Amino acid sequence: MATHEFAAHAAHAHAAPQGFIRKYIFSLDHKVIGLQYFFLALVAVFTGIFLSLLMRIHLVWPTASLPFFGEIKPETYLSLLTMHGTIMVFFVLTTAPQGGFGNYFLPIQIGAPDMAFPVLNMLSFWTTFLGFLVLVAAFFVTGGAPLHGWTGYAPLSALPSAGPGEGLGADLWIISIAIFCIGALMGALNFITTTLDMRAKGMTLMRMPLTCWAWFVTAILGLLAFGVLLSAGILLLMDRQLGTSFFVPLVTVNGVLTGHKGGSPLLWQHLFWFFGHPEVYIAILPAMGLCSQLLSVFSRKPIFGYKAMVYAILAIGFLGFMVWGHHMFMSGMSPYTAFAFSIMTMGIGVPSAIKTFNWLGTLWRGKIRFSSPMLFAIGFVSLFVVGGISGPFLAQPVLDIYLHETYFVIAHFHLIMGVASIFGIFAATYYWFPKMFGRMMNETLAKTHFWLTFVGAYAIFMPMHYYGMAGGLRRYSQGTEVAWIHKLAPIQQFITFAAFITIASQFIFVFNLFWSMKKGEKATDNPWEATTLEWTTATPPPHDNFGGITPVVHNGPYEYSVPGAPRDFVMQTDAPVAAKH
Amino acid sequence: MASFSTTATLDQPQVSRGNEAGAPPIFGGGDGGRPGRGLPDYPTRLRRARLGLLVALTPVVMLFVSFTSAYVVRQGLPTLDPRTNQLVHDWIPVKLPALLWVNTVVLLLSSVGMELARRQMKVAAAVVTTKRVGPVPANTEGKTPWLTMTIALGLLFLLGQWMAWKQLAASGFYVETTPSSSFVYLLTGAHAVHLMGGVVALLVAGLFVLLRRSVMTRSIVVDVAGWYWHFMAVLWVYILCLLEFAR
Repeated sequence: MATHEFAAHAAHAHAAPQGFIRKYIFSLDHKVIGLQYFFLALVAVFTGIFLSLLMRIHLVWPTASLPFFGEIKPETYLSLLTMHGTIMVFFVLTTAPQGGFGNYFLPIQIGAPDMAFPVLNMLSFWTTFLGFLVLVAAFFVTGGAPLHGWTGYAPLSALPSAGPGEGLGADLWIISIAIFCIGALMGALNFITTTLDMRAKGMTLMRMPLTCWAWFVTAILGLLAFGVLLSAGILLLMDRQLGTSFFVPLVTVNGVLTGHKGGSPLLWQHLFWFFGHPEVYIAILPAMGLCSQLLSVFSRKPIFGYKAMVYAILAIGFLGFMVWGHHMFMSGMSPYTAFAFSIMTMGIGVPSAIKTFNWLGTLWRGKIRFSSPMLFAIGFVSLFVVGGISGPFLAQPVLDIYLHETYFVIAHFHLIMGVASIFGIFAATYYWFPKMFGRMMNETLAKTHFWLTFVGAYAIFMPMHYYGMAGGLRRYSQGTEVAWIHKLAPIQQFITFAAFITIASQFIFVFNLFWSMKKGEKATDNPWEATTLEWTTATPPPHDNFGGITPVVHNGPYEYSVPGAPRDFVMQTDAPVAAKH
Repeated sequence: MASFSTTATLDQPQVSRGNEAGAPPIFGGGDGGRPGRGLPDYPTRLRRARLGLLVALTPVVMLFVSFTSAYVVRQGLPTLDPRTNQLVHDWIPVKLPALLWVNTVVLLLSSVGMELARRQMKVAAAVVTTKRVGPVPANTEGKTPWLTMTIALGLLFLLGQWMAWKQLAASGFYVETTPSSSFVYLLTGAHAVHLMGGVVALLVAGLFVLLRRSVMTRSIVVDVAGWYWHFMAVLWVYILCLLEFAR
């Protein structure tokens, strides 16, 4: 556990590095590490998008021969599906909101000069990076990438003879996940220690911005969940390499006995989903925290029900560990157990609804500024509601057994876990870009990007609900040979064309990102007139975040439109305001 | 940029000899005053390192909780015997080598040595800070017999575990023989890997003597490694009980 790290470094007391390598490559500065995570996620997201593009093309033109790739075979489709899911979940949805923005802004928002353990922080990024390289390497080994989906269900994932890609490719997949777990655990350790121990004077827990609460709880979830995934990965690797039978029952592949017996595929599912469900919240909680922040900033109103928001984050984090079984209704489960998981799952609707109504309450009669971060924050709320509302349907075992293997589930989790979280990442990028790079992003391009993405995301994922309800099965590489699925082909065509447009519009974002770094309008220190600590310091922040000043906090994070105050916002470091909300 | 104060204040370390009455509080921040923004003082560093360790132990606990749940589940699973077409249990209880009990004693002894080393280092840190002298001559703080003993006993434990593995294999229990033997190798192996982390940490602490790092830094490393080491001892006792009494 890299114990020597704790004291080997006198915490954050490292001077600003001068050389290129120490400054930008093996940097100890949480801001540089945050950007490294951000750009890793950017590379990963485009890799993942590209894979989904290939899948969308294949679904509509299954026999088409593509340049460079030829005809996509069914097993290739499965490996695209596996890698798309794995890359997106781990290296985008877990990496950008927490590793990227969390690393950059958690210390600044709580008034700390750096993370608690900078060396560990650097290691966590490079470990994650290594994990990404190992994962992508699976494409280029004999047999190619694995077929078993991002959930890696045994026995398919446990038997090298089970199919192409289940040999070396699957080994690399498991090793990559294990490496990622270790990186994520190091990150979580830093987040928790920093939040508990390095807050500036006056920054009580209940004065932390909701972003910090979300990062903190996300780190706790990661701390509890990734160890379990790691254990499952070790057992799976032993089944594959050492001939044990943890997950593999007596099974034949192509008529040949594998030599395993007595293992339980369900055991893998339990261990995986004990990690896998909290993982959903690891992806979405930072976005929730961020959007709470943005709705308050751009409505010029305090967040509606700050304490309720904090408790809702904690409740969601807690309940997130109680509901993993709802992924396994199809896999065989006592009806009583299923009932318990079902009730707990629907219970998550309560804190989620509290958050949603508080967001709406924050918007209510606010002086709303429709800047690009705000558009994405509102888009997040919309996607969260629409993606979330299908949750209580799927939480019922009776309905889930029909819907589970259909596109209905694809639509549900892409909207809520995928697109909503991505909207959080976009909102964070547009919001914090001025602080990170000292320039504003182009607002026209940003708004164009928003509307194309917002409408595009709905155009892709809403029809999937109908496709699923009509019996369109997921994981099938080809629907053309099955009569009732073939009738649904126009829906797939529509989705693919919508995906083309939506994917193309992401290049507006990338162009805006890099163009604005060089050519954007110069940003002031506080362009959004926000209250939290990152806006009190220079743009971009100096190496120790506050230029030698120790911030002292007097106010809550959301003091907007305070009666009697000279401006319509009171910074956290301003003189205390007596007004209570 | 260069805004750090260069003068590191050597505050009085809060030394406790045994009862930990002077242990720094675990949760800080937000309410208390904070010293300058340069090098944090000794209590702050110690508190932060201990908190970090406490957090770091959580996923280790989760890892072994997860293994335990797999152990319990797998133990109860029947399998189909293709010859008789009947459900049978393939879990053959492993007779643990008696050597494991010897190893347990070795590890517990090392834990005692670790505790003595930890207290010795804290006293050394206290001496340095109260005298307010510059670099301490290596010979006054270089003597770390307890630390050396702990490392030696730790390595002896690892060697003993390796020999226990050999004995297991000699008695016909390989990793894949039966799920119970798989778990024996898994749990002892996972514990050994974690203990090796502790050995590395202690070696680093020993290396700091040669590198002339400040005695306070060493004291913090040894303190945190000490708690980690105790945790490893407790974890081992748990694993041994699981393997022995839940066969």
